[in-house]
Amino acid sequence: MKLWSFHGGIALPGHKQESTGNPLRTAPLPRHLILPLSQHLGVPAEPLVSVGDKVLKGEMIARPGGFVSAPLHASSSGTVIAIEERPVPHPSGLSAPCIIIETDGEERWTTLQQQSDYRQLEPATIREQIRQAGIVGLGGAGFPSYIKLNPGKTVRTLILNGAECEPYITCDDILMRERAEEVLQGLLIIRHAVQALHCIVAIEENKPEAFHSMQHALQHFSEGANAIEIVSIPARYPAGGEKQLIKVLTGQEVPSGGLPIQLGVVCHNVATAAAVFRAVRYGEPLLSRIVTVTGSAIAEPCNLEALTGTPVMELLATCGTDFNVLEEVIMGGPMMGIVLADHEVPLVKTGNCLLTVRRGEMEQHPTVMPCIRCGKCADACPVSLLPQQLYWHARAKEFDKIQEQNLFDCIECGCCAYVCPSNIPLVQYYRFAKSEIREQQEQKRKADLARRRHEQREQRLAREKAERAARHARKKPGITDEKKKAAIQAALERAKASKSKQGAPTDDV
Amino acid sequence: MFKKALSSPHIHCPDFSTRGLMFQVILALLPAAAAYAWLFGWGVVINMLLAIFVALGSEAVMLSLRGRPLQPSIGDGSAILTAMLLAFALPPLAPWWLTTIGVAFAIVVAKQLYGGLGFNPFNPAMIGYVVLLVSFPRELTLWSLPASLSTQTLDLSATLSYVFSGTLPPGLTIDALTSATPLDVMKTQLRLGHATGEIMAAHPVFGLVGGKGWIWVNLLLLAGGVWLIYRRVISWHIPAALLGSLFTVSLLFYALDPQHAPSPLFHLFSGAAILGAFFIATDPVTAATSNIGRIWYGAGIGLLIFVIRSWGGFPDGVAFSVLLMNMAAPTIDHYTRPRVFGHGGKDG
Ligand code: SF4
Ligand code: SF4
Repeated sequence: MKLWSFHGGIALPGHKQESTGNPLRTAPLPRHLILPLSQHLGVPAEPLVSVGDKVLKGEMIARPGGFVSAPLHASSSGTVIAIEERPVPHPSGLSAPCIIIETDGEERWTTLQQQSDYRQLEPATIREQIRQAGIVGLGGAGFPSYIKLNPGKTVRTLILNGAECEPYITCDDILMRERAEEVLQGLLIIRHAVQALHCIVAIEENKPEAFHSMQHALQHFSEGANAIEIVSIPARYPAGGEKQLIKVLTGQEVPSGGLPIQLGVVCHNVATAAAVFRAVRYGEPLLSRIVTVTGSAIAEPCNLEALTGTPVMELLATCGTDFNVLEEVIMGGPMMGIVLADHEVPLVKTGNCLLTVRRGEMEQHPTVMPCIRCGKCADACPVSLLPQQLYWHARAKEFDKIQEQNLFDCIECGCCAYVCPSNIPLVQYYRFAKSEIREQQEQKRKADLARRRHEQREQRLAREKAERAARHARKKPGITDEKKKAAIQAALERAKASKSKQGAPTDDV
Repeated sequence: MFKKALSSPHIHCPDFSTRGLMFQVILALLPAAAAYAWLFGWGVVINMLLAIFVALGSEAVMLSLRGRPLQPSIGDGSAILTAMLLAFALPPLAPWWLTTIGVAFAIVVAKQLYGGLGFNPFNPAMIGYVVLLVSFPRELTLWSLPASLSTQTLDLSATLSYVFSGTLPPGLTIDALTSATPLDVMKTQLRLGHATGEIMAAHPVFGLVGGKGWIWVNLLLLAGGVWLIYRRVISWHIPAALLGSLFTVSLLFYALDPQHAPSPLFHLFSGAAILGAFFIATDPVTAATSNIGRIWYGAGIGLLIFVIRSWGGFPDGVAFSVLLMNMAAPTIDHYTRPRVFGHGGKDG
């Protein structure tokens, strides 16, 4: 298959073999499960249980709070002991509402609806099942998956993303090695749901075992294996970024601010596909995921299959973390992950990796030098932005100019900051600028809304006044129709004048 | 290497640091500097050391006046590099005050008053040089003869005494030690109507392709520059475009009239063309930043060097050409902005 390339990107040391050396293990059942109501982009789920309720494994305990929202299920059986704010994995170390379950150790399942042949199902039914199973994109930001399964347009290419381009993370690698069959079954189901013409599974070339295992599984597929290609792509960070991957595989660029479906492409992560398979075939909601536990403070780096809601602390302990030397834990990879402020936070659906950093392995006060405009950042940017210009504008708080430089196309991949010889925390500046701009826009929106309300009120008052005048005129004898009309006309005119003086209302809500 | 950061990324590329880049450039200059000193005497060494001393001193004074901490700025290597580049451009027997004024002006005005490293629109070394060229044209053209040509040489103490007090050992005059530079001779003689071949044969300063002795310095500069490209300290675009355009235009004129236009090789290997291409024009702070922009930028410098050498009032044009293109760099950057992913183009 012909492959394309994207501008920039960087070659990173992989650090994958540390955790792929050991087989997949199952994490022990924790005593408490902490389940945040919001584990994904979009609206938080709404609780369906109260404190004291007994719940079964797989039972829905919170329902979607809106269109872009996913339900939440009890990952094991037990009792709801609290619904309260707990620290969650979030860049700012926030707390958020969580349902806390004390497990009873029995792992009693709720009744599940199995389905041996997905082809019996309508695409819409499959989507609904996936929605009910609480499946979100397991590779990235955790966008509820069912939305992407409703393209409303012909899907030419369905891409399964098994690139896993960030260093250290190997959960998709292990999944493809050990459960290739499930991934491919999931792919068939998604293909059926979106009626895709052609499927590609993309795997970075640094995962030959996963590649062969997937190929092997595909060859032994009895049916439905046609029009599926398993492709090895060059290992270049961030080849696993959705837009970059689509470019590599199809040569097309998703328009700025647009979605892959505009190109007739839908992209899902391999782990999402496996979850889809389990949800449709066995009726299992998304209760667990594979998480890579690795880094230099871990005695036995490996991949764990763990229930969502398991405290990170316990996962670290399972893998023999030396807490005496532990400096930091990053959830996610070293390029885009977040530092956990608190190790009691739970594993969430999107938590693909726990990366530990040993004391002494981390530069404590990196020296930041001035930007020397060397352009290395621009060479590395996969979006072809000019990171040094974004940086100057962000520093100077020139938010108009920074938007002209397409700040919002920045995917925060970190390539620029990684290569910057002056060690400038560039992405931090972009995040700051983005949040400032969003804040300003929000305030402007509120101000517009208030102004519009004010104008509408003024108009209403003027109209009422005009009507009163008209009624008054009608009551008074001796005033002719002409005069009446003139009075009404004059009042309306005044109302109009006051409206145009305020400027035309905008409708950007 | 992990680094403490408020937000991702949490690792940083260990291959590059601004300080490391500066010191690699300095390292790449050293062989040529050594050859230069070998050929032209102790004055070169004294110049370089004095320049570095003045540069670091001015940097320190300015940083404290601006209320900035000395570290890490003073140790970033940029002041040393500026000093070395300027020293390369000065005559080997430059008096101490000439070097001091040039370097101090470069650091104080052209760099620190603009806000220090990264904020200066013009190459500080070239500003320093041009200030000297405009103020003291005579001193700047008095070039010592390469050792192989001169019958008299100065030892260390004699050089020191000349540089710092202007006195020469009895019986020696400065004219016996110096001559005009090859580019200078070529220019004046061409103006007098002589042919290039004639001029090169008649004047002992010329070697096979350019000035005698200079060729070695230039070859070592070339080697240092290629090493910098290999190490990815600089990209190839600016040097290639600069030398390419200088070569092309000079070839054009040479082909039209070989009698009155020096050969392209003469242009490349005389004066500061190679130094400029690899070490001066590549100063990232003052150059264009995108690769296409760098090609325009380099080509512009090459062309301007040729124009100034051929028709301008000064024998060499590297400094003026670099400064002129420094001025153009923001515009070049503006017009060579890359197409952003997903914006227009054939795919977007
Ligand atoms: S890599 Fe760093 S120093 Fe170089 S241009 Fe970009 S921001 Fe400036
Ligand atoms: S973080 Fe943004 S600006 Fe930096 S390389 Fe990635 S996309 Fe480009």
